[in-house]
Amino acid sequence: MAKIIVDENVCKGCALCVNTCPKKIIALSKSKINAKGYHPAELTDENACIGCAFCATMCPDTAITVYR
Amino acid sequence: MDVVFKKPHALTDAPLHYCPGCTHGIVHRLVAEVLDELGVEGKAVGVASVGCSVMSYNYFGCDMVQAPHGRAQAVATGLRRALPDGVIFTYQGDGDLAAIGTAETVHAATRGENITVIFINNAIYGMTGGQMAPTSLPGQTTQTTPYGRDVNSAGFPVRVCEMLSTLDGVALAQRVTVDSVKNVKTAKAAIKKAFQNQIEGKGYSIVEVLSTCPTNWGLSPVDALEWLRQNMIPYYPLGVYKDGDKRDLMKGDKE
Repeated sequence: MAKIIVDENVCKGCALCVNTCPKKIIALSKSKINAKGYHPAELTDENACIGCAFCATMCPDTAITVYR
Repeated sequence: MDVVFKKPHALTDAPLHYCPGCTHGIVHRLVAEVLDELGVEGKAVGVASVGCSVMSYNYFGCDMVQAPHGRAQAVATGLRRALPDGVIFTYQGDGDLAAIGTAETVHAATRGENITVIFINNAIYGMTGGQMAPTSLPGQTTQTTPYGRDVNSAGFPVRVCEMLSTLDGVALAQRVTVDSVKNVKTAKAAIKKAFQNQIEGKGYSIVEVLSTCPTNWGLSPVDALEWLRQNMIPYYPLGVYKDGDKRDLMKGDKE
């Protein structure tokens, strides 16, 4: 069981995590907009996350914390 | 559940001002992780350059100095003299290090200053709005070369690592990039080695990081990484250009 937590106020919606996720379970939120005006990244399938931290490794804003 | 990845201690909570997808943020984090792992945040002094990375003094938890444009390594030289036990690093872009600061860079390197240089090469002037940099590729479209960089009038790009690798004072000259998880890990290992060289007194260490500028390249962050792979890596090959120890040469002189 693993999960990621995205700091929505820090995320700039660059989608590098979406691109790098090996399980393809990160997407930019369609419903949320943060204070900066970006659509933050979110986990779409919590059960499929393997906690590899690839997303956090590629995140330029260190917005992702990974738990495993 | 255990935390397997979190923000390093040496990176402050200030939100980065960089554009979305700018790889400056990744390199900032790698430097902060290395400062944490080596346990030198308390005695590290960073020198911020002029350019997008000018604000890096807000982001690193260690002491920072803001140098005039191009003069980061001259300031780092002074810090080295004043703080013999300090861990001194500069964080510079290509407009700073490879254009106005070329003389300071070459002479700090050939003196074998015991400092670490993190060099961000994104082939463009980012902060001022996307003008041609010394490192812009032949044919690259920028604000000041709207028909592409013409090497007949603008000359050829500077390959900094190759140039500095010929100097005896240089301990490490390595070019890395941060376009994928694998390359990010290689980049972190290179940055760590550059700091370890300094702590061991091996000499001048430079790590050139091929970086993206999605805003001024006019690409999305993901496409910018692909552009980097297709265009920049062939012109600026990744690899270790020099891995030595200046003290080996100094011993020969004393005998």
